[in-house]
Amino acid sequence: MRAFAPYGTELSSRLLLGTSQYPSPAILLDAIKASGTQVVTVSLRRESGGGRAGHDFWSLIQSANVRVLPNTAGCHTVKEAVTTAHMARELFGTDWIKLEVIGESDTLQPDVFGLVEAARILNADGFKVFPYTTEDLIVAERLLDAGCEVLMPWGAPIGSGRGLNNVYGLRSLRAHFPDVPLVIDAGLGVPSHAGAAIELGYDGILLNTAVAKAGDPVAMARAFALAIEAGVLARDADPMEPRDMAAPSTPVIGKAFG
Amino acid sequence: MNGQPHEVSARTLRDLLSDMEYEDLPVATAHNHDFVRAQDRDKIVLKEGDEVEILTPRQGG
Repeated sequence: MRAFAPYGTELSSRLLLGTSQYPSPAILLDAIKASGTQVVTVSLRRESGGGRAGHDFWSLIQSANVRVLPNTAGCHTVKEAVTTAHMARELFGTDWIKLEVIGESDTLQPDVFGLVEAARILNADGFKVFPYTTEDLIVAERLLDAGCEVLMPWGAPIGSGRGLNNVYGLRSLRAHFPDVPLVIDAGLGVPSHAGAAIELGYDGILLNTAVAKAGDPVAMARAFALAIEAGVLARDADPMEPRDMAAPSTPVIGKAFG
Repeated sequence: MNGQPHEVSARTLRDLLSDMEYEDLPVATAHNHDFVRAQDRDKIVLKEGDEVEILTPRQGG
């Protein structure tokens, strides 16, 4: 089994977990623990509570003892994304950045042209860029040319819970870039979606809403972790090829009334 | 500041953070859409109409 080592950092958990929309900070912390994740995504926002909300959240995350992956969520231009990435690097003390350049509001589909441009700028400036992209092969090629060592195609629109919208495209991406760490980012709803993505050959899963908005986020975090583990075991066990026609699993020879 | 008009007496970005009691809190700053490193905040002399962003850690996906 190939190790999951984005930018040379080997991670034993293949689940990257978002920190938004949980019912409470305590439940967020318990979900992080239950998931076994080693990486959580965080963001930057304008302070509105006298500076304490950001401080308290950051203290909570630090207590979880996990690596952080700051994002540029909500950025619609290259300039916004690049400035936000620089602010995140200083604030969170990491050169990892989940790069989002949003192009369309209904689907939150990436502006892939801006994404490639921002990725080039940030990679040149020493960032380790995790680009939120589509499954488009040519965009993937351009992102790799721009210096990205990880690609994060969407499964479906952010927060939709639809699962893997374009299995063909995702399988094609995997086949074209067999050595690039690929992480499904966004759109998953239930653990079986994550298992299917891992069985397709994906290296990791990044999700948030499916856990945070579950009735029991802590249980769901654990369920996703187990599904990912099952997916890895299944993939390594070399699954059978599907076939169109039936094939008896019980031997025919020696049956009664033959 | 942060998208809202403010009348401030602070001369520099560092003074502004001090007046807002943000100095000891985890914040990142931008001035007129450009990132300003913590060590450079006293080099930013504020003028009327300047746009300042003060961001803090938050939940993210």
